[in-house]
Amino acid sequence: MLDLPPVNRSMTQPNDIETLRARLSAERGREYWRSLESLAETPEFQSFLHREFPQNASEWLDPVGRRSFLKLMGASLALAGVSACTRQPVEHVVPYVQQPEDLVPGKPLFFATAMPMGGTGVGLLVESHEGRPTKIEGNPDHPASLGATDIFAQAAILGLYDPDRSQAITRLGEVETFGGFTTAMAEALAAQEATQGAGIRILTETVASPTLAAQITVFLARFPAARWIQWEPAGRHNVRAGSRMAFGEYVDTQYTVEAADVIVSFDADFLCTGPGALRYARAFASRRRIEDEEADLNRLYAIESTPTNTSTRADHRLALKPSEVEAFARAVAARLGVAGAGDATAPAGAAAWVDAVVDDLNANRGRSLVIAGDAQSAAVHALVHAVNDTLGNVGSTLVYTEPAESRPADQVADLQTLVNDMNAGQVDLLLTLGGNPVYTAPADLEFAAAMDQVLLRVHLGLYEDETAARSHWHVPEAHFLETWGDVSAADGTVTIMQPLIAPLYGGRSAIEVIAALSEGGGRPGYDLVREHWAGLSGLSTEAPAPPPPPEPGESVDGEAAEPAVPPVTAAPVPLPSPFDREWRRWVHDGLVPQTALAARPVVLQPNFAVAVAPRAVPAEGLEIAFRPDPSVHDGRFANNAWLQELPKSLTKLTWDNAALVSPATAERLGVENGDIVELARGARTLRIPLWVAPGQAADTLTLHLGYGRTRAGRTGDGTGVDVTPLRTIDALETAANVALSVTGDRYTLASTQDHWSLEGRNLVRVGTTEEFEANPEFVRELGEEPPRTLTLYNEDEHAYPGYSWGMAIDQGVCTGCNACVVACQAENNVPVVGKEQVLAGREMHWLRVDRYYTGPVDDPDTYHQPMPCQQCENAPCEVVCPVAATTHSDEGLNDMVYNRCVGTRYCANNCPYKVRRFNFLLYQDWETPSLAAMRNPDVSVRSRGVMEKCTYCVQRINHARVAAKLEDREIRDGDVVTACQAACPTDAIVFGNINDPASRVTARKASPRNYSLLAELNNRPRTTYLAIVRNPNTVLEEARLAGAGGADEAAAEATD
Amino acid sequence: MPQIFKRSANALAHTSLVTALIVIGTGLFLLMVVIPRSGYVTRANTFIEQPVQFSHLHHVADDGIDCRYCHTSVETSAFAGIPPTKTCMSCHTQIWADSPYLEPVRASFRNDTPIAWTRVHDLPDFVYFNHSVHINRGVGCETCHGRVDQMPLVLQQESLRMEWCIDCHRAPEDYVRPRSEIYTMGYEPEEPQAILGMRLVQEYGIQGNTSCSTCHR
Repeated sequence: MLDLPPVNRSMTQPNDIETLRARLSAERGREYWRSLESLAETPEFQSFLHREFPQNASEWLDPVGRRSFLKLMGASLALAGVSACTRQPVEHVVPYVQQPEDLVPGKPLFFATAMPMGGTGVGLLVESHEGRPTKIEGNPDHPASLGATDIFAQAAILGLYDPDRSQAITRLGEVETFGGFTTAMAEALAAQEATQGAGIRILTETVASPTLAAQITVFLARFPAARWIQWEPAGRHNVRAGSRMAFGEYVDTQYTVEAADVIVSFDADFLCTGPGALRYARAFASRRRIEDEEADLNRLYAIESTPTNTSTRADHRLALKPSEVEAFARAVAARLGVAGAGDATAPAGAAAWVDAVVDDLNANRGRSLVIAGDAQSAAVHALVHAVNDTLGNVGSTLVYTEPAESRPADQVADLQTLVNDMNAGQVDLLLTLGGNPVYTAPADLEFAAAMDQVLLRVHLGLYEDETAARSHWHVPEAHFLETWGDVSAADGTVTIMQPLIAPLYGGRSAIEVIAALSEGGGRPGYDLVREHWAGLSGLSTEAPAPPPPPEPGESVDGEAAEPAVPPVTAAPVPLPSPFDREWRRWVHDGLVPQTALAARPVVLQPNFAVAVAPRAVPAEGLEIAFRPDPSVHDGRFANNAWLQELPKSLTKLTWDNAALVSPATAERLGVENGDIVELARGARTLRIPLWVAPGQAADTLTLHLGYGRTRAGRTGDGTGVDVTPLRTIDALETAANVALSVTGDRYTLASTQDHWSLEGRNLVRVGTTEEFEANPEFVRELGEEPPRTLTLYNEDEHAYPGYSWGMAIDQGVCTGCNACVVACQAENNVPVVGKEQVLAGREMHWLRVDRYYTGPVDDPDTYHQPMPCQQCENAPCEVVCPVAATTHSDEGLNDMVYNRCVGTRYCANNCPYKVRRFNFLLYQDWETPSLAAMRNPDVSVRSRGVMEKCTYCVQRINHARVAAKLEDREIRDGDVVTACQAACPTDAIVFGNINDPASRVTARKASPRNYSLLAELNNRPRTTYLAIVRNPNTVLEEARLAGAGGADEAAAEATD
Repeated sequence: MPQIFKRSANALAHTSLVTALIVIGTGLFLLMVVIPRSGYVTRANTFIEQPVQFSHLHHVADDGIDCRYCHTSVETSAFAGIPPTKTCMSCHTQIWADSPYLEPVRASFRNDTPIAWTRVHDLPDFVYFNHSVHINRGVGCETCHGRVDQMPLVLQQESLRMEWCIDCHRAPEDYVRPRSEIYTMGYEPEEPQAILGMRLVQEYGIQGNTSCSTCHR
């Protein structure tokens, strides 16, 4: 943990949550609040509210006399003149010796590839500037991306250029060659020939690469007694087990979310995490828009222990302890007539909920969908399969397919067997190909100690991590952007991954390593992947002439539909073989056609009822829910500073994890944010700071994996707390009977939830379908918009006759997934500042996602509001700049000229939306060469003392403008896609020309849901928001309003 | 008590005050106006030594090679393009194949090491200039780069200061030429520029954008 002085208790948070409750119930109308601190109006929150930057670099407290003022001004004037005399340093221009054929210097190329993670892949298009990958976009043709990306894909660029990646093959810490490694392995393998490899174990993460799986199969054919173990720490163990329990075999469930009118989620974050999330989010969003007055919204119920991004978009949300979620699922299943579900009694206080959910599901048979989360027990998954079957949803809102991963297995049992074998001294050679089991394995396995029993330990990994430290050999792994490979998406669609750059640090892929072990030598990944697919395709690789040498990759330009066939006119170029023609198209398109898995029938097991029979419900007491961290996942991204500094969607914590508790539990325990508690499960203990999370289930602690790494790298080391000590093999997802003791120690957590707080009327506007149908204008009536004639300026002089850029953000579908924030960071060279600077309120994200709560502190509704620069037409920042560094463009952009900025910060001070960011210190790393290669060459890299902010990706506008001018046409709608818009899974952000009546953004802005933030200030922001329309179940809604007392009754009155 | 200073001292005081003001004024003028525009700062009209003694005079004027033969991406990209060594070698494997002047070029091709030319026209990193759009809208090479066909060693002829860019962006009609004459050196308009310029601005839809984000981003 960083050694920061703990913050005084009384400053950070109210001691008395009861007071807050009283305050909320006394509020007139509906109140939206950002944090418990903001409700309590703590001094700290006040300082964030009233000042753009609560801490200045330094403040000059001496009264400035007239004389010294004149002296200073004189000196500044003279020095300002001198600064123009700076001579530019001499620079060189270095052309190619032989320029690659497709490359035009200054124009980026896009290559299709995919990011493998957790046993699934997402198709990507990667932007490459003269051979340097700089930005990742989703591949619109890929079924698991549809053009969108998640935060991990966006941040992968930083992961690629990470200077802390391991850079040399080592044996006991000494640098070795790959030849030395293969020789050593050949000897070790030869010794195993006699026993058919009984002492060999291969340990991988979940494999979704057909080629790698085939390679391992070949290896296992040579050593039949060897074993292959897969271990994914945040894996879908219960999903697999549930499938086995229900159907007796492994199948994958594919949801057709857009077909479902009613969706019930049991702790499933299907819109934001897990295979297919991007596609499901897009499908879900397509049913959440009312652009005309006829509302046809789906309805989402979320029953869960800890708030998720998915549940923030739910119409109804019920917080239950992990054990109670299962009880709830059983009650629903029993009521729907599923055999073996057990007791139909709902958990305490949830009877009305069970009734409502069951009624709604019954009313929408065949058009409903029930989804169980990865953390739910196998029995719940099995029950959900049966429920969907009973409701007739199979075939309409979901289908079953063969598993997309290469070899599904009971990973938990396999890992346990491996540890037993290692302890028994039966393992002579352990090949860890990717993953970090020493850090991620459940605590009770004592994996590290068991691993020490192995005679020869080999680790392939991106970092010299905890596992590398305990291995004899460490081989640097090639990043997925550096290597040839293949990966199956959630629906089975295979992408051939192509490298964007030669391995920066001489890394090798798992495919190459295992091939080197099987056959000796070091065949390149290209040959291995190509050979595998040539074999599968059955096409001839015999060309009329010798085949061309491997290309670095096939480009995807604007005309993606055109297959990349080499020119046949040039005589020396040989004709491609039949396989080559296909292969080139696969690589170019980023997917192999017809590899999506077909739907298949499944039959419930005859002993289903016995298998899913209820287990003992844990006694009263605290329960733990283990979850992969929203930012660093299982720890693999711990050294990625973009992800570390990304405020987590729901807690807005950066650089740390914390145990989440509900306000009620915190009140009972007498604890508050940052209090360190000691958790105990039997003899296992853990000290961790607490974070009070509104919406958390009572008596439930959420612990996020992935922190407390000791060998992550310079960025990740020492951040957060490793929660694995409490995670055991029988409690991978949830643990009951947890003892908690308050230590009295404090820890400083850096949360951005109160940073850049806005003060104003109705920042978030929410209504129900009923309200919307009764009065579609209700959104506009919630605010006051001054007439356009209310201006001091001559309107004609400030007309925008040409293009007029604007943005509309649909909050109704925003899940707060943060993909836009990281996309903006990657596109615009936004630096990270570190935990201390975040605490001072100086994080640099140009685009932030504000999270608002409304309703009771224990069970609030949550809304997300992405906040880029609002690009006001009457921009308050422009008029106060003394050097005209921020000015208005002809197209309504609020331009920011870094080279002119002198850093007065007047503009930020005058911005009511608080979207301007100031470089208090030199946040950019100007020294590390690899990071220089990473940056977007189309955007200036800002230095210290300069203000910066969202530009609507003006570099993309300018590219589109030049392209249009070269073709003598206007910029078409869709030519300019901002980085945030491109990344958005739900299509919540739309950008375009508001002067074009046919543009998408104009259509969005014409929606009755459209409104401006702080419109009463007459800033006329170009960024506008679409209000949220909920589709509640009247029965539950009425019960909730009645139960919540005065506050919500008043709210109902106010909004009716 | 006698006067310490004679009456004439007044004149001296006035003179010295005025002189001091002139000196300070001149100094400030030099510091803020003259020096920043001087060739020392802008590097205009300064010869820069290159790794290869390449003569544009010879290749353009004597041989009549079009600009685009080497600067291939000038019509499509922001960057006009510096020719890869292979472009040089396509001729110089045949002519002057043994010239000692060309040894750096042959060495580059042989060893697969690029030639590191020193940038002559070097805009600051916060300025984003695009060649293709200027070429497309009727700005000739000569307008910014001067008579390259008369330069044995290329030098920067203009200051490349922002005021110089803005001059044209504010009044493009004074500078544009027909698209057919973009690569012509020593171009003389057939009709008065005042008439031709206005017509071309209309015809090509030239906007002369002066928003900051046109070049800075």
